[in-house]
Formats: sequence, C-alpha cells, structure tokens
Amino acid sequence: MALTPPFTEEHEELRASIRGFLDRELAPHSQAWEDEQWFPNEVFSKLAGQGLLGLKYPVQLGGQGGDYLHDAVLIEELARIGSGGTAAGIGAHVNIATPPIWKFGTDEQKQRYLVPAIRGELIGALGITEPGAGSDVASIGARAERVDGGWVVNGEKTYITNGVRAHFIVTAVKTTPEGGHHGISFLIIDRGEGVTSAKLEKLGWHASDTATIAYQDVFVPETNLLGGLNEGFKLIMANFQWERLAMALGAVGAMRLAWERTAQFARERTTFGRPLSGHQAIRHQLADLAASAYSARCVTYDALRRFVAGEEPLREVTMAKLLTQRACYELMDACLQIHGGAGYMLEVWVERAVRDARLGPIGGGSDEIMREILGRILEAPGGV
Amino acid sequence: MATAESVLKPDFKTERKHFLFTDEHEQLRESIRSFAQKELAPHADEWEETTFPDSVFTRMGELGFLGLDKPEEYGGQGGDYYSALVLAEEIGHSNCGGLAMGVAVQTDMAMPPILAFGTEEQKQQWAAPAIAGTKILCLGITEPDAGSDVKGIKTRAVKDGDEYVINGSKTYITNGHRADVIVLVTKTDPDAGYDGFTLFLVPMDAPGVIREQKLKKMGMHASDTALLAFQDVRVPESAVLGQVGRGFYHIMWELQGERLIGAAGSVSGAQRVFERTLEYAKERTAFGRAIGNFQVIRHKFAEMATKIETARQMVYMTAWRQQNGDYPVREISMAKLYASRIACEVADECLQIHGGAGYMREYGIERAWRDLRLNRIGAGTDEIMLEVIGRSYGL
Repeated sequence: MALTPPFTEEHEELRASIRGFLDRELAPHSQAWEDEQWFPNEVFSKLAGQGLLGLKYPVQLGGQGGDYLHDAVLIEELARIGSGGTAAGIGAHVNIATPPIWKFGTDEQKQRYLVPAIRGELIGALGITEPGAGSDVASIGARAERVDGGWVVNGEKTYITNGVRAHFIVTAVKTTPEGGHHGISFLIIDRGEGVTSAKLEKLGWHASDTATIAYQDVFVPETNLLGGLNEGFKLIMANFQWERLAMALGAVGAMRLAWERTAQFARERTTFGRPLSGHQAIRHQLADLAASAYSARCVTYDALRRFVAGEEPLREVTMAKLLTQRACYELMDACLQIHGGAGYMLEVWVERAVRDARLGPIGGGSDEIMREILGRILEAPGGV
Repeated sequence: MATAESVLKPDFKTERKHFLFTDEHEQLRESIRSFAQKELAPHADEWEETTFPDSVFTRMGELGFLGLDKPEEYGGQGGDYYSALVLAEEIGHSNCGGLAMGVAVQTDMAMPPILAFGTEEQKQQWAAPAIAGTKILCLGITEPDAGSDVKGIKTRAVKDGDEYVINGSKTYITNGHRADVIVLVTKTDPDAGYDGFTLFLVPMDAPGVIREQKLKKMGMHASDTALLAFQDVRVPESAVLGQVGRGFYHIMWELQGERLIGAAGSVSGAQRVFERTLEYAKERTAFGRAIGNFQVIRHKFAEMATKIETARQMVYMTAWRQQNGDYPVREISMAKLYASRIACEVADECLQIHGGAGYMREYGIERAWRDLRLNRIGAGTDEIMLEVIGRSYGL
C-alpha cells in the first residue's frame, strides 16, 4: 500500500520503533496506572531515554532534530497504549508545556527548562484555564503584580494536566489591571512556596493528575517572563494550533486501535450460531466506523501537512479538531455497544475508552468554540 | 511553522491549493468553471424542463473537457486522474446535477472500460468520437429485477454462429435516450456464476434496441434516464468488450472509478449549495440582522463546512492512492459513502436555513436537495458500500 502523505518511509520506521517500545514499556501497565489514578514519573525518563520527549527539538538542546511530523507519529502511537490519562500527561509535556519555551523562550530559559524537560528530568504543565475562564481565555483573572526583580502572582488555575507532578507551570497571568487580549503575559512558575495543587477526580483520563493549582503570593523572577510583556495572547493562539492538531492525531490513533480491537472481538464472539461479524447489522456498523476513522484520518492529515509546510491552516486545524473529537467519542460508544455487557465492565478496555474520549469535544477548545471560529472564518473579512 | 503574529491574524481568504493540484490543474479549474458559469448555468432552469441538449457534449469535446485524463492518441489531453477530479468538481458550477451526471457517464463510467478493455478498433470507433463529443455513451448494468445485486441480471447474450443474440432489458440508464452506443452487461453463461458475464458495445441504432419510456424522477431532471429493451439484437463477435466471461470483473473495476468520481461530484454539489446558502444568509435579515449573524446559523455553517472539507480530503487522499498505484476499493467505498451522505445532510440543512424560500422552486435549493439524494443510491447504495467495506476486512 502506498504511504499516506505527509508521512514517509522514515516516519513509518519511527512508528514501528515507537510502537515496539510502548508495547513493551507502557501498555502492560496502563490498567494499573488507571486504577492507581497516577502513572509514575519514571515514564518521562523512560521516554527521554528513547529521545521521544525531544523529537522535534534541535540537537543542540538535546532533541532529535526532527519536526512536527515525528511528534505526530508519537502522538498517534501514544493513543494505542490504551490509557488516555497517561497519553495526556506525556502530551501536556511534549505538546503544550514545552513548545512555548522553544518558540518564545530566551536561550537561558531554554537551558534552564527545555533541556532538562527533554531529558525527562523536569516535567512541565501549561496553565491557562481558570475556574472563571475556560473557553473565554481573554477573561483570565490570575494576576501578576510588578515588584522589584519580578512579579508576585496570585490566582488559580484549573483542569491542569500534570498539575500535581509538574516541576514548572507555564502560566498565563494578567500583567495589566484590565487583562484581556493586550494585558496577558506568560510566566514560567516553579513549584515552590505558595504553589499548591489539588488533584481532581474525573469521568475519564484517570491516570492523569489533573489539578487545580493555587498561587498565593508567589514570587516569580524577571528572568521567567516568557515572550513579550502583555503579548501572552499570541502565545496562547500560537500554541492552540498544535495542541488541537495533536488532539486530532490522538483521536486518529485511538480510533484505529479501538476499531481493530472491536473487529477482532466481533470475529471471535459467537451469537445465534455465528460470529457477531456474520450478522449484517454488526458488519455494517463496523464498516461505518471504519469509514468514520478514515474520514478523521484524511481531514487530520491534510491539516497536519499544511501545518508542517508552514501554511496557517487555522481553518483546517479547527475542522480536524471538531470532526475528530466527536467522531472518536461516537466510535468508542459504538464499540462499547458492540461489546454488549462486556463493554460495560471495567475489565474490558472499551468503557474506559469511551470515558477518555468524552473529553475530546471539550478539551483544547470545545466543539462550540470550534464552530464559532469556523463560523467567523466563513464570513470574514467584513462579512455578515 | 506559523509565527505568533500570523496566527493571531490569519488571512481567511487566502486560497490554498491542495498538493494534488499543479498550476496547470488550477488553470484548467478556472477554465472549466468559467465555461460552466457562462455557457451552462444560464440554461440550467430551462434544461430542468427539457433535459440538456446534445450540443453540450460537442461543445465540451471541442474544449477538450471530455478527455482530460484520456490518452492523446484518441484525442484526449493525456492528463492525470486529478484532472478528471477537477472536471467533477467544477462542472458543479453548472448548477445542473443532471448535466453533471450525463457528462460523468460519458467520461468516467462508459469510457474507461472501452479504453481499458477495448480493441484498438473499438477505441477508434467509440472512445475517440466520445472524447470529441460527437458520439454519446451510456452504460447498462441495472435491470428491472437486478440493481445492487449485479450477479442477478438476466439480460442474455447467446452465441449464434459468429454473432451474438441479445435479449433483456436495462433500466435507470443515464443518457439512454441520446446515446449512440451502450456498454452492456450481459450473461453469456448462466451456469458459470461470476465467470458467466460478458460486456458488449451495442450500437443504439441496432435493430431490436428499443428505447422505452423516459423515466420521471425525483431529481436530476436535466438528465435523460431510460428504460431500454433488447429484443433479438444481433451483434458481431467484434462487439464483445474485453474478454468473454470476464464481464463481471470488468464492471466491478468500472464501478470503482464511477464511485470515486461520484464522491467528488457529491462534494462539489454540497459545496455549491453551501456557497449559495452562505450568500443568502449574509443578505437575508431577520429580527434586525443578517441571519448568518445568529450564532445558531453560524454554527450550522461551521458544521457543514467541516463535513464538506472532510469528504473532500477523503476523495483527495483516495485519489492520491489510486494515482500512486493502489487499487483502493475499501477507501473508495468509504469516500463514496461518506461524501454522498454528507451531501444530503448539507442540502437539507441549507434548505432549512432558507426557510420558506428553501421550499420554493425559484431558489434552486430544493432542486439541489432532490438531485443530491440520488448519490446515496446510484453507483452502489450506502448499504452496498457498507457491505463492501465490511467484507474488505474479512468480516
């Protein structure tokens, strides 16, 4: 079969090697980590040992000198370990916490945070969402007040992946009294005095330590300002595209695995004297799901190809995010249905997959926000 | 990699072409679009009543549009498969679904088997003039008693000396009234199962070919759809297309091209009705503002655009595979299934956004709704697509 653009032979070799590693080192533990509602921090050092935390980062910083396509392979494969929470924790580090430092950080910040993050010695998190500001990011309220040599931060962030374990949190704060689009900045905040985390219980993603983080009179030195003062909104927007693409890629990987497993189940499970897949209704349902998985792949790869080529595919990324997250959730739910009673049991993977997938249409910008962005694109500029 | 500045203020109007298409494709796109808008669309309403005239074929032949991806030795342009995609996409600007279908039967359904399996003489006799637009082709698979179940067709061709005698009937045949020749699927050996089928090129003026009624349809009114009867039609052995006994496999191959181009047509149809509805939503006011300014309506557009783009990417990815040597039956079926479904969903949502106007003839939205509904049935129903996909996994 011809390779699927934009991937080449080289990427497929990487895919095979990542898959082998994950199958050996992570997948066997995913159930236990879900049960414990925590995956161990050594996962980061193991991944770093394979170079997987720095695929797209320059060699000078300890990375592999690859690009986003290499990360895309990792993201798809991580979805196959069957633990959305573990993949999310790794993803938060690789896809959303460290890229802003790479793109906007000073050399000194890269040495201090990015290099050890690529080595798996420091774990990062990204802090934007607050109890009072989710989709509406311009209205965040955490504030940084100027003091001698830096800032003092007060406020609260929530739904922060890696929020308990993170050594540093790339945090969005108001640096003007008004905040808003021109009054937000990013600070890299070390865990330390005044930073406290409270783990949250969730519908899915159990292995992930999603947390509320409170900042109380936290002093942040001047050297930890990331990017320009009051230019934080740019960082948010720049990062969203890759975050959303990463979510779409995760869905593509998860859908493929879930489909393969469910088709296997349908071949083996016998009802009314024949395999489940011998019943036309089930066969057609599986065919429908395969078509849905292919549609998700096609729309995502187009956005990915454009992103890597340096286009500005806001439209394509937004569409890919919107389509894949719901399609993935619907596919998981259909897989659960095909499994029948077994699907409802914790010992079978599928109920967890449905719960994990339900976050997709909410996280990284909800479906409603995606539609709003697209709606505005369609009428711009100066349209209706 | 996009920079922060550029992401903050993206240029939504930037047209970004897909990597499948070169500058030549884009020029072709421009010229087909302009032809469809200037020479076809103005007649779309009239042709709904009368069916489109044969002169559309001669004109498109003159312009080289009927042989874009066909070999130069038969008068084609020698282009790649993507140029056929461009035609399927841009012919939608005729706003005339029946015309798009009639042309697709010529270029992507009846012609490929002639070029793939025909003798040099057959290609010169039928393909070359079809590319020139001076002969019109049709394809006969479906019968009154056998549609999706191709194996169940009853039209018989019986060897008699050095001739074949054909008896049977075919229905739902696009171009059936205007065609000069039909690529006809027959059974030559009823006991041989899948190996008992043979294709023939039967001139439509042969004695015994009877063009029965023009069928009245829900949509696609500009196309002529025929019920045909074959009564003791005698053709020479040289009328056999491809190999005797291989007809079933020949036609299954043909259906793949038909389905992929059909999927592209669905995307194109959906895109057109979407664009027209977007225009409408910017102009139509309700409660003091343009209806497109209501969030609920805006989100409908976002949803539709996402579905259309997804279907388009399925078509492109699958076409890419085809052009690069795969025979992607599974993916073609998926693209056809998905694209035809979303086209119907989009047409229905557009009708809803138009409100009462959507229900009225003059806006053309109800026509698109009727036309696009065929795509979930023609060239293999949704259910057949699902069956093909399911079985492709050994289920």
